[in-house]
Amino acid sequence: MSEGAGMMQISMTLNGKEVSADVDPGERLLDTLRYALGLTGTKEGCGEGECGACSVLMDGVPVNSCLVPSYQARGRVIETVEHVQESDVEPLLSSGATQCGACTPGIVVTAQWVRRHPELLETHTLRELMAGNLCRCTGYDGVIEGVEATLTVDGQSS
Amino acid sequence: MKRLEGNAKLLGREQYVDDLQVEGCLWGMTVRSPVARGRIKEIRFSPEIDWSEFVIVDHRDIPGANEVFLIEKDQPVLCAGEVRHVHEAVVLLAHPSREMARKGVRGVEVVVEELPAALDFRVEAEPARVQWGEDNSLSRLSINKGDVEAALASAAHVVEGVYESGAQEHVYLENQGMISWVDDDGVVVVQGSMQCPYYVLNALTHALGRDEAGCRVVQAPTGGGFGGKEDYPSNIACHAALLAMKAQKPVKIVYDRGEDMASTTKRHPSRVRHRTGVDESGRLVAQDIEVTLDGGAYVTLSPVVLSRGIIHAAGPYSCDNVRINGRAVLTNSVPYGAFRGFGAPQTLFALERHMDVVAKRIGMTPEEFRRINLIRDGQSTSTGQVIDDGTDRVGVMERGLELAAYERKREEHASFNATHDYLRRGIGFASFYHGAGFTGAGEVYLASKCHVAGLADGTIEVLTANTEMGQGATTVFLKIAAEAAGVDVSQVVIATPDTHRVPNSGPTVASRTSMVVGKLIEKAIDDLRAQIGAAADAKGAALTDAIRAWCSSNGAERVVGRSEYEKPPEVVWDEKTYTGHAYGTFAWATYVAEVEVDLRTDDVRVIDFVAVQEIGKVLNETLARGQIQGGVVQGIGWALMEECKWRDGAMANNQMTNYIIPTADDVCPIRVEFMENPYAHGAQGAKGIGELPIDGPAPAILNAVADALDVEPTAIPLTPEHLMELAREAHV
Amino acid sequence: MRVLTPTNVEEAVAMLAVEEDLIPMAGGTDLLVHWPEHLEARERGYLDLSGVESLRGMEWSDAFLTLGALTTYWEVVTDARVGREFRLMVEAARQVGAIQIQSRGTWAGNIANGSPAADGVPVLMAYGAEVELASAGGGARWVAMDSYYTDYKQSVKRPDELITRVRVPRAEYEIEVWEKVGSRRAQAISKVGLAITKGDEGWRVVAASMAPTIRRCAAIEKLLTKEAAINRPEDLLKAIGKDVSPIDDLRSTAAYRELTMARVVYHALKGRVSFVT
Repeated sequence: MSEGAGMMQISMTLNGKEVSADVDPGERLLDTLRYALGLTGTKEGCGEGECGACSVLMDGVPVNSCLVPSYQARGRVIETVEHVQESDVEPLLSSGATQCGACTPGIVVTAQWVRRHPELLETHTLRELMAGNLCRCTGYDGVIEGVEATLTVDGQSS
Repeated sequence: MKRLEGNAKLLGREQYVDDLQVEGCLWGMTVRSPVARGRIKEIRFSPEIDWSEFVIVDHRDIPGANEVFLIEKDQPVLCAGEVRHVHEAVVLLAHPSREMARKGVRGVEVVVEELPAALDFRVEAEPARVQWGEDNSLSRLSINKGDVEAALASAAHVVEGVYESGAQEHVYLENQGMISWVDDDGVVVVQGSMQCPYYVLNALTHALGRDEAGCRVVQAPTGGGFGGKEDYPSNIACHAALLAMKAQKPVKIVYDRGEDMASTTKRHPSRVRHRTGVDESGRLVAQDIEVTLDGGAYVTLSPVVLSRGIIHAAGPYSCDNVRINGRAVLTNSVPYGAFRGFGAPQTLFALERHMDVVAKRIGMTPEEFRRINLIRDGQSTSTGQVIDDGTDRVGVMERGLELAAYERKREEHASFNATHDYLRRGIGFASFYHGAGFTGAGEVYLASKCHVAGLADGTIEVLTANTEMGQGATTVFLKIAAEAAGVDVSQVVIATPDTHRVPNSGPTVASRTSMVVGKLIEKAIDDLRAQIGAAADAKGAALTDAIRAWCSSNGAERVVGRSEYEKPPEVVWDEKTYTGHAYGTFAWATYVAEVEVDLRTDDVRVIDFVAVQEIGKVLNETLARGQIQGGVVQGIGWALMEECKWRDGAMANNQMTNYIIPTADDVCPIRVEFMENPYAHGAQGAKGIGELPIDGPAPAILNAVADALDVEPTAIPLTPEHLMELAREAHV
Repeated sequence: MRVLTPTNVEEAVAMLAVEEDLIPMAGGTDLLVHWPEHLEARERGYLDLSGVESLRGMEWSDAFLTLGALTTYWEVVTDARVGREFRLMVEAARQVGAIQIQSRGTWAGNIANGSPAADGVPVLMAYGAEVELASAGGGARWVAMDSYYTDYKQSVKRPDELITRVRVPRAEYEIEVWEKVGSRRAQAISKVGLAITKGDEGWRVVAASMAPTIRRCAAIEKLLTKEAAINRPEDLLKAIGKDVSPIDDLRSTAAYRELTMARVVYHALKGRVSFVT
């Protein structure tokens, strides 16, 4: 049992590395990542869990980091857009999946998750899986085509 | 060519204003008006807060004029005696802690003696609510061609209609934000999210009482604009600068979503009345159009929005007798401002919905009626601008209908609708145009300048004030410059818009950037050749070698080629009579929407969408397609879901949970096709395309709904709630 | 702000016994919305359940499917067996926000938050689910979902009680319907939500976003039980008027909600039962 008043120390696996941070109990994972750890790739779009710009993977599944209290990241595996490699996003670049870029990191994070779970497409459409990431620039075609292309590349190489 | 900054965005490396971590930066916040209109009696600071920790700014701290520099100077940077809309900025606070700054805002009470507010632009304001001129008209403009009354009197048919559209919020995914600091030379620097660095510079010099050397504006990567970052950034830049100057520390203001939605500009709500005369053969003989826009609390850009609105109001049709009266009206709401399309989407929605209504009344199909009336080369628009560009406008329409399988769909829908229990399908379209670049003499007044520098190592640097906000400007500039110089794109760099480095190439608005500024880049490269004595056709190594040689022999680090906008000689515009060439050129389009209406929920879904347009020359297929698809989806939102709900003059649904924009799952693939007919005065033949795609979806979709159901929708957004009311009225 | 981080249920309920105004935190998808603006929320104490491992996971017995209080929507969406036996739970869970919310939002949290627009609660109620309320000293009681709410965001749960499990009786259903009418297809808050089941125990009709709480619709259930002829949606309006009291708000209107509910119920049953034609 622990009594948390004042700062709490948490440890998590962040982008493959063990990281410890002192967090205020009132801090959101989004703020810890951006302001305490300097990982500004994760964006804030709405602060209400609606737009998905702040998506990160938590134990491999997308979550809105604006709705995660940082203390709940303790012991968890967190992956942010900074963990993604240039080769991963080539199909998204070619398809025009990014325009202004503000929603893009969230889209890339969700796309990485879809890519690891092609079996989801047996029950879900890509549009449904990507519906938690709002974009105001692309009209989504560039995004959907990019993720489809990623899956096709993976399908051919596996 | 792929987007220049694409990987930086995809990998989260692009540093937007909120990502810039500045040492010792304070958080700036804004205390706002609680009511729509009134006199400020008192500003109370809660005794429970230690105000010595805060930097506090009000209108008395403004060294220059307390005016946001724009067309009229009626909007204060910070309210002094009077407030004119809810959420108007009154006091600014800064504190090292963002949370404390928030607490500070809660601790300030603006006490206002309320005055009668004007909240509905459609009703005439009673005297107590008049705040501008005699009747709150912020602007009046008109177009007159031929004799409308006589033509209406002799027309075989006269068909009337009234069409309305609501406010639309931009919902750029990156909220507004600015950082300001005073540099070691005493220059006030502002860096942030914006479309128009020189607008911001003008606002700063005016409010701070400084010259251009004393202020510097740098664009940070901008996460979407759509017009929302055309004028409002001037306000927030002045706010950040005032705080930074008083604090003598850097100050960052970044709005959260709720504040951004509640307090920044939106698309003008509109009401358009049509009275249309048609002869026996279906030819338009008279268009009598009244356009009313809600301007909001200050003049801001309303006169120019109204201008573009009325010029587009009669559409791409030939008609000898046209009268268009436009009026923008003050109300006590946030100032309505620039939003992609800039008045044209409102008037084209009304027109293209009305065209279907007229066709139905006179017993023609929508396509027959348009086929007869679409403007042919040699015929003129409402301003008397003779169109002779050689584009086959009927062909654009036919291609759209063909791609959408319009005829076949109509047959299929007939049998589907006869048998399905609760789904109804329909198809509709809109034929329209969008004038590219500034209206009328706008480009002449702007007198945009562009620099292209040859550097000592042979690199070519393009210096313009035009901003990348997602539309692909830098990628397109790179291509234009590289191809004009005949060099690889790796030998060209695009300068960050920074008013201490780049010339004023005009604002990044009005679908002008690729077309107008792109052309200036080509001309500046020509000038660069002349400066260094290279041959007029010197390209590639011949050019870069010449640059290197010139720099070396002149001991210079750079040599600058310059260009300035020159009006094409045939473009003649009379601002007084509103006649002549309203635009250098138009892009032409037909958009076709297929919808499915669920009679259980009155929900309308777009199940197929075809967008065909002639845009001069496609500079980058992926970027151009992305512009069209994004604009169409924004238009689908405006047509069907996006509704600002007002409570006492304030936006009540200023949350993304309650202001609904489409998700990936709400829209179908947008099928885009381009037709090309190069425009001589556009870079590589290009015409502007940024705004075009938002003009077509709303009328196409409502025409499709009218086709699917026995109703005549005339207002957007056509939410399920509104459609239910409409269907009830229709069937009573 | 303070956070207590118990590691088992006994600790958690002991903390609640000492400090009844602690707010239990599961997935945070309701509590953290607009969090920076909720300055007053930071003055409160929170009971973080994420470290209580025994609250995770689902269990099957002969009689019940039991969800631990930390079971998320996504766990249900991806569970094939739930999909076979409690189809509506999967359908409803899939319509909660999108993956980012489904991965964090919990069924128990949905119950505890008490929103009249909840998506998880109506299907639980239509399946006759019960919720376990635990308290210090080993106290625990099961409460039927349809008698759980008392008023807007009010329930029979005492402040010292914690929702620890939800159990859904395994049964055969002839009819199972979940319809969510939102303002868009995904990421929408329901304007009208409707769960209908018919099994051995008869009809259960549950409405969301139609009253201060999610509730069973006794008058409609009665109509269906006596197999009254329903020939058009409007035939249901009288019963709807007795069962629910929709309002105008930011998301919709009372008139829309009422008629849409009638149409959705009508079309969901038309042709599936003999008396709805």
